[in-house]
Amino acid sequence: MTDMTDLSLAEARDGLRARRFSALELTDAYLAAMTAGQPLNCFITETPDRARDMARASDTRLAAGTAGPLEGIPLGVKDLFCTKDVLSTAASHILDGFIPAYESTVTANLWNAGAVMLGKLNLDEFAMGSSNETSYYGPVLNPWRRTGDTAKLVPGGSSGGSSAAIAAGLCLAATGTDTGGSIRQPAAFTGIVGLKPTYGRCSRWGIVAFASSLDQAGPMARNVRDTAILLAVMAGHDPKDSTSVDRAVPDYEAALTGNIKGLRVGIPAEYRVDGMPQGIEAMWRQGARWLQDAGAEIIEISLPHTRYALPAYYIVAPAEASSNLARYDGMRYGLRVTGKDLTETYERSRGAGFGAEVKRRILIGTYVLSAGYYDAYYLRAQRVRTLIANDFKAAFEIVDVILTPSTPTPAFALGERNDDPIGMFLNDVFTVPANLAGIPGISVPAGLSEDGLPLGLQLLGKAFDEETVLRTAGVLEGAAAFTARPAQWWRT
Amino acid sequence: MSVQEIYDARHGEKGGYLTGATGEWELIIGMEVHAQISSKAKLFSGSPADFGGEPNEHVSLVDAAMPGMLPVINEFCVAQAVRTGLGLNAQINLRSVFDRKNYFYPDLPQGYQISQFTYPVVGRGEVRVDLPDGGVRVVRIERLHLEQDAGKSLHDQHPSMSYVDLNRSGVALMEIVSQPDIRSAEEATLYLEKLRTILRYLGTCDGNMQEGSMRADINVSVRKPGRPLGTRCEIKNINSMRFIRQAIEYEARRQIEILEEGGSIHQETRLYDQVKGETRSMRSKEESHDYRYFPDPDLLPLEFTQAWVDDIAKGLPELPDAKKARFMSAYGLSAYDASILVADRETAEYFEQVAKGRDAKMAANWVITNLYGALNEAGLTIQTSLVSAAALGRLLDLLADQTLSGRLAKDVFEIMFSSGGDPEAIVLERGLKQVTDTGAIDAAIDAVMAANPDKVAEVKGGKDRLLGWFVGQVMKSTGGKANPQMLNDALRQKFGL
Amino acid sequence: MSVDTDTVRRIAKLARLAIADEMLEPMAKELNIILGWAEQLNEVDTGSVEPMTSAAQTALKKRSDIVTDGHMQEAVLRNAPLTEHGFFVVPKVVE
Repeated sequence: MTDMTDLSLAEARDGLRARRFSALELTDAYLAAMTAGQPLNCFITETPDRARDMARASDTRLAAGTAGPLEGIPLGVKDLFCTKDVLSTAASHILDGFIPAYESTVTANLWNAGAVMLGKLNLDEFAMGSSNETSYYGPVLNPWRRTGDTAKLVPGGSSGGSSAAIAAGLCLAATGTDTGGSIRQPAAFTGIVGLKPTYGRCSRWGIVAFASSLDQAGPMARNVRDTAILLAVMAGHDPKDSTSVDRAVPDYEAALTGNIKGLRVGIPAEYRVDGMPQGIEAMWRQGARWLQDAGAEIIEISLPHTRYALPAYYIVAPAEASSNLARYDGMRYGLRVTGKDLTETYERSRGAGFGAEVKRRILIGTYVLSAGYYDAYYLRAQRVRTLIANDFKAAFEIVDVILTPSTPTPAFALGERNDDPIGMFLNDVFTVPANLAGIPGISVPAGLSEDGLPLGLQLLGKAFDEETVLRTAGVLEGAAAFTARPAQWWRT
Repeated sequence: MSVQEIYDARHGEKGGYLTGATGEWELIIGMEVHAQISSKAKLFSGSPADFGGEPNEHVSLVDAAMPGMLPVINEFCVAQAVRTGLGLNAQINLRSVFDRKNYFYPDLPQGYQISQFTYPVVGRGEVRVDLPDGGVRVVRIERLHLEQDAGKSLHDQHPSMSYVDLNRSGVALMEIVSQPDIRSAEEATLYLEKLRTILRYLGTCDGNMQEGSMRADINVSVRKPGRPLGTRCEIKNINSMRFIRQAIEYEARRQIEILEEGGSIHQETRLYDQVKGETRSMRSKEESHDYRYFPDPDLLPLEFTQAWVDDIAKGLPELPDAKKARFMSAYGLSAYDASILVADRETAEYFEQVAKGRDAKMAANWVITNLYGALNEAGLTIQTSLVSAAALGRLLDLLADQTLSGRLAKDVFEIMFSSGGDPEAIVLERGLKQVTDTGAIDAAIDAVMAANPDKVAEVKGGKDRLLGWFVGQVMKSTGGKANPQMLNDALRQKFGL
Repeated sequence: MSVDTDTVRRIAKLARLAIADEMLEPMAKELNIILGWAEQLNEVDTGSVEPMTSAAQTALKKRSDIVTDGHMQEAVLRNAPLTEHGFFVVPKVVE
């Protein structure tokens, strides 16, 4: 069964339930694909033994009729989620050898639902990056290439291992986390679907924190339905996370009715940024037409503080990160580089343990929180954040969802933007506002660029209205009929 | 005039000035007291908060700051802080915010302490401190906030390494910050004792200084009376009354010497060396105090309703100041006696049981002089004493109905104190009942007079003071049981005095 | 507000990050670019707007005062670079 890995999650689920193939067969097919896919560097840790054990247990439950909603589904886990007794690195040297004695709430939800863990997926170090080039374990390669060009492209970041692995068929779906676009931007770069839920929808417990007020776990998958199925399992209230919200989890799959008649779709004028490629602009207009054709009403709206979202984000996120990363000090776990005294041991452990991008953000964060600068930077950024959230509140008085491009450009080449921090930040220009406001957002593949790379459209919704976001995404997906797959050039 | 000076002028009394080579100096002290909240679990985790345990046993993954761990606040600890605030007559803030205080230290696993910086849960209040001269020093409370304790580093177990035990990491603390209203080392200890009394009344902190349940950081400065406040130094983390007194006295002298030699004080954190009896600069704290406080994004603002506060207020016990006032008015006690009796809740309750339906002054006297004297000598407390309040009350009854003389009562008390038991039973068992039969007393007197004709003659010759000798002899012959008043009267009658 | 190499050194010290001397200058340059870019926030009239420190749409969750955790010394110590007798062992702290 060579094309077992071509099945969607929903198809695989149905096939397993109908006993057309076993969970072990499905898992083995993915383990083989993973081996073949190693040149892409998607996985930091592969866990084949555990995967096969879990698959066998799934087969037992499938036979006994006690299957969970994700029974036997092979998944990849972004290595920002702590997994019990499995190396958990955040793609950082500083977490060398760290094997947690605990399982994150979100991954525990997945395993309780019967899912099978294939391994831990590569990412930007501590999820800080938009290209997956900051990983201590080396960059991930995008399975996509430009037409007629073999240049290595980035898979986006920080959930680049997740996006590339799904696009290359190395796992059925994966977990991601999104602090400023880290699910949606890599999803757009690799032609898959990625959803950042409302802040508080998924528990943050057991996920290595980057910026606590912005971080949110979410599903990444091949299509909207698979995304909805995964979200229903990942989401839920967790008493161990003070910011997790005690609210029933809807049946997201059931929300995919395909009916968006009368839906009001906002098009924010401020997302027309200078220098955006024609193709992206055109696809955005096309997306609006598709929704209009399905019965939605298109409404021009204004989100006046949009342009300040990115600078506000690049103050707030590093500030929180500088504090969140203080615990990586070489005392209780991870890397310790001994110096002549305690202070030098701290400095050398952290100096050697963190990569350049992480250090840069820690320094910015430390600076903006330090005496004399707090008001000018941090406090001001948080006030601007309020204005950005208010923009969305006002907009959602008028519309039900907002349609934007996911990214201002398609995937770029490795190393292309490394000397230009601001240029790299601009990747997140369309995704960051949702994190600041805490609202849900999804990226759906909508077409190819002129040079044959996937492009994504983003839908933003009201807080806790993932159902409308998913339903609209489903319509968009149907209209776009995006079926392109990357050529499997990595299989030699 | 500064606010402080206006305050001093209005409140009159000042602590004793210190005298240096250039004249008098006034000592200005403010205190930050860290009081461990009495609770079962820690402030942000479900680990046990109690003292002791094997190293790192009272530690959860949250307390050890493992990656991805998150805090969830213990509601009881919040209630304890509110209760304390109410006990300090303080403003309760219905909305407060947890901030992160960022610094690196091996016993601070998160690399930050969760504390409250800008918006504390409790605002201004006051503590009234009774002074030995009968006056009262009102020490204003600036704020009370909730925060996590750090772990413990042991430096003497290994030549080149420190050991870290995180058992205390995350235990709930209240930091109670006073204004610089304290004027002497003695006042500082009285303030701390009073604060400790209040917390123990409230049940919000056990006040056990040896186990570190209460520690104080002391801000000390000196100034010429009437001059602006001087630069202060902070002495960190002292956990005994004696060391607090010594540290303040040393530090004040040190500052006066520097100033009198024309030097200046620079603001710094100092450590009290208990062995040398000195304070010294803490270099490790000197490099930077930039704690980069910001609101903890893992927690939302702490909010509760006035109704919740009112409920807590309803459950508050009578506090020492109110109890003292009541003891003075209801029982006619002196301020001094009343303040001793209210110093802890158990003593006050004990006293009230003894005093109920009896002569309250006598009860106070017995509790303070006899019971306390014996307890102190034996190193016991009222809880570990063998003399129950009911038994002591019955002893006082025996005294009142003249079954026992004062002296006999003391003898009975000693027996009760050393081996317990009921006073009536002891009196019966040991035949300690006072002799109040006039015939028996007369007979005893006659016998002594008959045996000592020369002394009788001397008294009759006018040497009245020999009467005491007769009292002693009769007491001796009756085994001390003769009622002293009756004996006296009978003797005087015999001699026609 | 311009960041010089001394500031980078001071901030790195606060953050306990060893930064090689030759990296101070480029780091200062980068921080200046980023902070300079962030200064466009000054254009915004924030007036009396409250700062937004959380996106959570919920009240602070509270736990009961019940011991539910701890007693997991092995789990707490298992990843430590150095332990002895149940303690974490760290370079000597000098006070």
